[in-house]
Order: sequence, then structure tokens, then C-alpha cells
Amino acid sequence: MLYREAGQFKASYQEDAQIFPIRQDRIGFFALMAVVFLVVPFAASEYWLQAILIPVLIFSLAALGLNILTGYAGQLSLGSAAFMAVGAFATYNFMLRIDGIPFLVAMLLGGLCAAGVGILFGLPSLRIKGFYLAVATLAAQFFIVWALVKFPWFSNYSSSGVISAQTVNIFGYAFVTPQAKYLLTLAIVTVLALAAKNMVRSTTGRKWMAVRDMDVAAEVIGIRLMRTKLQAFAVSSFYCGVAGALYAYTYLGTVEPEGFNLDLSFKILFMIIIGGVGSILGSFLGSAFIVLLPIFLNVVLHSAVGAALPAGFGSSLELMIFGALIIFFLIVEPHGMARLWQIGKEKLRLWPFPH
Amino acid sequence: MTFFFEVLIGGLLSGVLYALVALGFVLIYKASGVFNFAQGAMVFFAALTFVGFTEVLPRWFGLESGSSVVFWLAFVLALASMIVLGIATEKIVLRPLVNQPAITLFMATIGLTFFVEGLAQGFWGATVRGLDLGIGDEPIMWILDDFNMIISKFDITAAGIALVLFVVLALMFQYTRVGRALRAVADDHQAALSVGIPLKHIWAIVWGVAGFVALVAGLIWGARSGVQFALTFTALKALPVLILGGFTSVPGAILGGLIIGASEKLAEVYIGPFVGGGIESWFPYILAMLFLLVRPEGLFGEKHIDRV
Repeated sequence: MLYREAGQFKASYQEDAQIFPIRQDRIGFFALMAVVFLVVPFAASEYWLQAILIPVLIFSLAALGLNILTGYAGQLSLGSAAFMAVGAFATYNFMLRIDGIPFLVAMLLGGLCAAGVGILFGLPSLRIKGFYLAVATLAAQFFIVWALVKFPWFSNYSSSGVISAQTVNIFGYAFVTPQAKYLLTLAIVTVLALAAKNMVRSTTGRKWMAVRDMDVAAEVIGIRLMRTKLQAFAVSSFYCGVAGALYAYTYLGTVEPEGFNLDLSFKILFMIIIGGVGSILGSFLGSAFIVLLPIFLNVVLHSAVGAALPAGFGSSLELMIFGALIIFFLIVEPHGMARLWQIGKEKLRLWPFPH
Repeated sequence: MTFFFEVLIGGLLSGVLYALVALGFVLIYKASGVFNFAQGAMVFFAALTFVGFTEVLPRWFGLESGSSVVFWLAFVLALASMIVLGIATEKIVLRPLVNQPAITLFMATIGLTFFVEGLAQGFWGATVRGLDLGIGDEPIMWILDDFNMIISKFDITAAGIALVLFVVLALMFQYTRVGRALRAVADDHQAALSVGIPLKHIWAIVWGVAGFVALVAGLIWGARSGVQFALTFTALKALPVLILGGFTSVPGAILGGLIIGASEKLAEVYIGPFVGGGIESWFPYILAMLFLLVRPEGLFGEKHIDRV
């Protein structure tokens, strides 16, 4: 009953082009923002902030990056974790080597470095597509991690390539408490998510989608393939790079190149499959799902069977459930949780009538 | 020069093993258009299942462990498991996804990879195990004497087994009824269906054969470097092999395997020291990527013409 759009007229182009055309959605969105910015930091425990909410936000950003590339521009990538690594290590080096550089600037520069590397590894996409491209992005994955391990300059000659993130200072305020880190992450993710939402609604995004749906046709109607594809690679890698920087600075504190392995890339891919390929909301839902699932499984397994499980069985079971869920989602709902949300909204609009 | 040839031959021999894994990919891709990312996981599963059976069979039936009875019984049981796994995959995972975009199928097989890896480790445990095929890993004496090169007997035997497998498969494809049906399905699903080829049976057969190839690859890899999770990473090397050879070509898989195997070992030995070593982990991918820039369809792949 509450979710009706009757009587809401759009009288200007501005109103027609807004992100949430339905008033209830707008109210819901602002209420959600108010809660996550004003209530959550004070209500949530440190464990929730540090171990669940911050990683969810960071992975959402990485998933958003991959979603731009795979979901909107249609270029499958298996190297997202490597671009995260570039972002993390570049930010670290900017912070280390330039005296007094503000964190946000270092982070943006780190993201730009990732974008540059992304363009480099995106170049083959001009000639190859589909699976071939997926394998080419594996080259990025293995090469970047190798380079970060082999050239100690990147990790400031620390043994085994581990870097410890410096304290984040913005205008003299040190972000050390989980609350502060959470708010910082949330603010950055919110800004970038809004930017992404607007990008995919604009010419840029439409070009990506045209290329995704059929690149030859897109070229015929006058879209410059090279520019569009490389743009998608650059933007996607930028998002992944910023996510990587946050991963090092607000989540883990210390990271090593090996942490950004193929498994992490797959994890991010799973997030967009489960959340919804080609959906901004889906990136968030998928990330929350993938981060929460192992925790949930752990709790359930422990309360169900206690310590009776043989060591290592839990992680195997986790792998199996992950795999089965991916297949399940692809078969039952290839558009992911975002689509379920959309269907739910449609139903709500018509309720109590079936059609 | 001797050293060069030693490295080259060593590389070629490991390339044969890459080709063996790649062969499984090609079989499935040809027959059903599915890029089966899980082939590597299947190799791991096969090797682990085989080792698992050789360990439990003596305990269950009081057989002498290490005897040839145990070996063949374990082989048959592992093969049966692989065939069941393959057919179940086809029925449960891929049948409902027929006519979906190829990318969706690909992602489904990534999910399958995780499932199979979890299944293998959950069932048999995650410890590293040795696998003994009864072939000594010692240098062949007359080559050592005459040419002063160290070439392992095991590697040669492995290459021989792979060769036999390739020949058998090639003959099967070329001269048997099932082989002809397989080629027809690979050419055009709908046309094959319309002349009365039972598509479902053919797919089941292909998955069964891919399971068999995975088992052979798993045994040889496992005997060489131990049955462990890292096997799945080695199997990933089959991907650049496929790119080089083209997804649809069996000779391409073999040649691609040889090129990748030889070039990565040569690169490791001759370029590696200048950049700090360990380039084996990425060299094949970069090589494949550069190769793609020149020839996007691979060595023997079908040229793809885009139409709007």
C-alpha cells in the first residue's frame, strides 16, 4: 500500500533523469544513508565494524569495478585482485616517498596507477574477446603479483614483501579507531558508487553496454571501440585500485602481494555473479553475501556439530557450498540478487493484485 | 649446447603433460561449446581419488598394498568416479544452462571448479600425498653415456603414455561411429540432432572421455610432483596452451603444449636470472597474450568472422 507511485509526476527533465524516480525509493535511500552514516558507527561493535562492515564495503567497491568491466562493458576479467594490489602498493609508495602527501591524494594516484596498468593489460581486448581475453587477464594476475614480490623496491625492501600501511591522516585527524576507518571507507565508497551509477546512466555507460551487447554493431553505429574498451578497463581498474588501497589502509593494515591471489579475483567474480552482473546494487549485495557466508557457515557448523569435524573439513565444505551456490544462482537466477530485489519491488507495487 | 637440449627436452616433456590437460578442455569445447574451467580441478580430483583408493582398498579387502591388483582396482574405481562426476556435471549443471551465453557457462564451470576441489579435499583430506606408478625417476643410462644428457625414464614413459592416448583418441574420432557422431555434434549441434544423433548420449560420452583424460593426466602429474592442491595451478597452465593451439583443435593442443612447455623452461633458464627468477609462473600467459595479438584465433583455431 505504501509503495505506490501514483500521483508522482515528472514535470522537468531533471526530475525525469534522477537516480531514484520514485519518491519512496528516495526516502528509503536517504534513510539508509542516515542509518549507515549516523547510527551504525555508534551502534555496531568493533568486531562488526572491523571484520564485517569494512570488508563488505571494500569488496563492494572492487566488485563495482569488475562489474563495470564485465557487467557493463562485457569484458571478462580474472585479474581484479592484481589491480587491487597495484592500487595498494602504489598508494603505499606515494605515502612513503612523497613527504606530507595527503592520504586521499595518494589513494587517487594509486587508483590512477592501477588504471594505467589496467589499460596496458586491456590492450589485448581490442583483438580478442571472451575466453581468450579471460586468459589474457590471467597474465595480469600472475605477472603483477610476481613483479611485486620480485622487485623489493615496491615494498620498500621489507622481507617477504609485506607492507605495513601508514596511519591515515586527513587534515590532522588520525583515522585509527574502527569507527573512523569505517566512516572513511563508507564515504569513499559512497562517492565512487554514486559516480559509477551516474557513469553507467550516461553516454559512457551506454557505449559500454552497446559494446557488450555486440561490439561490431556498436562500431558500425559510430562508437570508437578502442576508446570505449580501454575506458572501461581504466575505470574498472581505478575502482579496483582504490579498493586495494582501502583494503591495505582501513581493513588489514599489513598486506603482502601473495594476498592478492587468483582466489581473491575469483571471489570478486563470484560477488558480481551472485549479486547481479550489470548492476550497481548487485555489487553491494554480492559482496555482503560472500563476506557473510563463511562467517555464517562457521557459526552454523560449530553450533551443529561442535568440534567433531576433522580439521580442514570446514574449509572444504565452504568451497563446495560456494561452488554449488554459484551454479545454483546461474541456473535459477542468472541476474543475481539484484534481480530478486527488482522482482520484489515490482510485486510490491502491484500488491495485493497479482498483475 | 648439451645443457640447452637438456632443458629443451625437459620442457617438451612437461609440455606433453600440459597438452594432456588441454586435451580434456578441447574435447568438451568441441562437443558442447563449453569452456570447462573445471578440467584442472577434475585432474586434481582424479589423482586424489586414485591415491585415496590405493590407500583404503588394502584396508577394506585385506589386499596387499602396492600390489598390481590394488593398482588396477583403484584405477577402475577412480575411472568410474570420474565418469560419474562427468555425467553428473553434464546432467545437473550444464543441461539446465543449455542456450545460455557462453560466458554464463564458463562461470558455471568456475563454480564447478570450487565444488570439485572442495569435494575432493573434503572426502579424501587435504594432506599432500605421494603417488607411485612404479616407474623409476632415474636418468636413462645410454643417453647419459652417449650424449651426456640427463633425461628421466619417468618423463619418457609419461610422454609415451600421453602419445598412446593421443593416437587412440585420434583414431576413435576418425574411424568409429561414436567418433563420427562426436565430430558431427562439434560441427553443428542442431544439424547433428536433426540427422538423429542422440545429443544427450554424445555429451555424456564426451564428459566421460574427458574424465578419463583427466585421470591419466592426474596420475602422471601426481606421480611427478605429488598429489596436492597446487596441481590445480599447474592445470591452469593448460589455458595458455589452449590459446596458442586454438580451442577446437586436438593437434593444436598438443603443439601448444609442447611450445609452452619448452618456452617456459628455456625462458626460466635463460631469461630468468636477469629478472630474479620464478618467471615460469607468468611467462606462458604473457607469451599466449602476445601471440593472440598476432593471431587471435590460435594456431589451428577456426577463423571467426563477425556479422552484425
